Amino acid sequence: MSSVAFDESPHVPPAEVPEVELYHPKTFIGRYIWSQDAKVIAVQYAITAISVGVVALVLSGLMRLQLGFPHTFSFITPANYLQFVTMHGMIMVIYLLTALFLGGFGNYLIPLMVGARDMVFPYVNMVSYWVYLFAVLLLMASFFVPGGPTGAGWTLYPPQAILGGTPGANWGIILMLVSLAFFIIGFTMGGLNYVVTVLQARTRGMTMMRLPLTVWGILMATILALLAFPALFVSAIMMILDQALGTSFFMPALVSKGQHLAYNGGSPILFQHLFWFFGHPEVYIVALPAFGIVSDLISVNARRNIFGYRMMVWAILAIGGLSFMVWAHHMYVSGMNPYFGFFFATTTLVIAIPTALKVYNWVLTLWRGDIHLTVPMLFAIGFVFTFINGGLTGLFLGNVPVDIPLSGTMFVVAHFHMVMAVSPILVVFGAIYHWYPKVTGRMLNDTLGKFHFWVTFLGTYAIYYPMHYLGFLGVPRRYFAMGNTVFIPPSAQSLNVAITIAALIVGAIQVVFLYNLIWSYFKGKPSGPNPWRATTLEWQTPHTPPKHGNFGPTLPVVYRWAYDYSVPGAAEDFIPQDQPPGRKAPGLEEAPDASELGPQKPGALVT
Amino acid sequence: MTTSLLVLAAIMAVVVWWLLRPTLNVKPWVEQRPIKNVDAEGTLPLPPVKVGLGVFLAVATSLFALLISAYHMRMMAADWTHLALPRVLWLNTGVLILSGVAMQWTRAAAQREQIDSVRIGLIAAGVFTVSFLAGQLWAWQQLNAAGYFVKTDPATAFFYLLTALHGLHLLGGMYVWGRTTARVLRGVEVGKVRLSVELCTVYWHYLLLVWLVLFAVLLHTHS
Repeated sequence: MSSVAFDESPHVPPAEVPEVELYHPKTFIGRYIWSQDAKVIAVQYAITAISVGVVALVLSGLMRLQLGFPHTFSFITPANYLQFVTMHGMIMVIYLLTALFLGGFGNYLIPLMVGARDMVFPYVNMVSYWVYLFAVLLLMASFFVPGGPTGAGWTLYPPQAILGGTPGANWGIILMLVSLAFFIIGFTMGGLNYVVTVLQARTRGMTMMRLPLTVWGILMATILALLAFPALFVSAIMMILDQALGTSFFMPALVSKGQHLAYNGGSPILFQHLFWFFGHPEVYIVALPAFGIVSDLISVNARRNIFGYRMMVWAILAIGGLSFMVWAHHMYVSGMNPYFGFFFATTTLVIAIPTALKVYNWVLTLWRGDIHLTVPMLFAIGFVFTFINGGLTGLFLGNVPVDIPLSGTMFVVAHFHMVMAVSPILVVFGAIYHWYPKVTGRMLNDTLGKFHFWVTFLGTYAIYYPMHYLGFLGVPRRYFAMGNTVFIPPSAQSLNVAITIAALIVGAIQVVFLYNLIWSYFKGKPSGPNPWRATTLEWQTPHTPPKHGNFGPTLPVVYRWAYDYSVPGAAEDFIPQDQPPGRKAPGLEEAPDASELGPQKPGALVT
Repeated sequence: MTTSLLVLAAIMAVVVWWLLRPTLNVKPWVEQRPIKNVDAEGTLPLPPVKVGLGVFLAVATSLFALLISAYHMRMMAADWTHLALPRVLWLNTGVLILSGVAMQWTRAAAQREQIDSVRIGLIAAGVFTVSFLAGQLWAWQQLNAAGYFVKTDPATAFFYLLTALHGLHLLGGMYVWGRTTARVLRGVEVGKVRLSVELCTVYWHYLLLVWLVLFAVLLHTHS
């Protein structure tokens, strides 16, 4: 590979990537509604996901009202409470985070970052969004059907998910399962695009090892999703059959209200295996894009190349491979063979190694960097803190003897909110503050952004730190009200009040963010093409926001990796990926072989 | 779950190996290779649609592997009764093999640029496929007539589920087949349908393989 380290001739041949014929819409509807442009589809995905996320946020507020002030709100019945819990969880994990990271950021960033004009299958990409929207509408429809949405908990465990006592056991659960099946079909269409675009449509010179880590993270997350979602698909279809046709895939022989049900011999454990076979990779489906984006935000704002780029790529690959071998750590309490538990505890702890590696590399990138505490950087650093917190409690829960007493308590709620709710959402915010200028051509308001960050960051700690303690006390999750429980002191209720107040403040403050998004679109400071002085290709487009086709008449040619920040001898503290190596550091010869050396970089000295 | 785990481990191993390969011995922070030979690295020398189909087949493999795992896990329950498979499935299997052969023959004809043979081959493949699907429905009919409904017992339910999902995948293929055949009948050049024919052939062989595996699993566990 190093034998082609440079090109002797100064002539740069045109890109060899064949030009694609783009679909050119003529009308407003063609351009913004039935659009085949990945950037428009990305915005459609993002707006839909954020809208449905607001619904889920409101649901969490209602849950907190009930927990903080039980017996106060007559409109929250126990059934409602379970429905809020279920819909909040499912919406946030699947319809907000997965859709926003892959459908939103994936669509916007992949073509721009790899130097492509669009996704390779634009039509399929468009259909992917509309199927996603249909899935969202189906899910929302379940609020309005008789019996309301399902209240089975986001894990939808049978047999209770489809038994009469559970809210929404008729219409709600069916709509939920059908909606999930459509979501998966839509996602598969989009996912094919993301993978094939990264593999096949990179511009000249954009080797895999020159991809920004954002693309690596999204690529691996997409591969995980493509292989893991079928498990949810299979379980959704089988449960629909159990509910609608009376098969016994998951339903054991049951006596309900003194009556023998027609079910016989089905295995609820089978559902748990299938569900978590999807469910655990799902954690990394939302974590890996966040890892990638955070790497880029930290590198840009510390004006320093990412520490250990190659190690970061390997860690992403390792996490992806391992994430399929840990699912049963969600099932320690299902009565599994102890050796089985031992195996899964081991793999769970092993996966902490590549993850910890990434954390060290982020911190080492910050070390002696020229840190700019911009709003995206604040969110990125906030993510590193939160992820360490959530990750450490993951080590607790990964061990069978520690997990068994804590399972089903608020400790678990605190753990997974820290690690896969607050952490990724901080990255989502950071990424929106970072790329909003490229999407709209205007900066988001900085003061509002900092206010948003500090309230959100500190507020989430006020919410979730005390929850760990509640978990230690033994406060169970998913309970409508505690009643008189001997081992739980009255102080737990005071803590619940405090948590509720913090949650309502954090929830309300998101209005500031939404206001900022809308206000800045019209009144924000014009950003120019590259406000963060970043190296990656999306900041080098001739137009901001980029037009259909992204790159003007010719595609860019890539000469370097994505992390040439603060290169000694360079004119500026960043060198865009598409800048030829012609400009030499002072003192270097103009001879062709001098370019082989390239400018001196801190990274080069380390190796 | 062992089946899925093995299949997925194999798929993941290929994926990780494929992605790992271009990262070894590369120091992106020193190299500034500009132009030569770099765009081929990590990219498959195939049109994007073919790569897309390959990725989709991986997804479908995951789906069917999980179904087979679920089947085996459910079998362990006490109430499992073995299903008497309809004999017509043997005939159907033969018909599906014939459709695969016809597709392969069409592909060869497309490469030799013989549009007449392509036309005949596509239609033959289509007829065989439709016969297969009709045969599957007939098998359902026979089971139904013998008193095995979807909810009668888990083995029957799995039989309906597996055959239905396999059939739906074939129907999806028939959509692409229909578009390709329509273009051939309208008289477009061979060159313009060659890729579609190749994609159909790969997909048909894949679904034949899936059916053979499913049939083997069903046979292995029937009474």
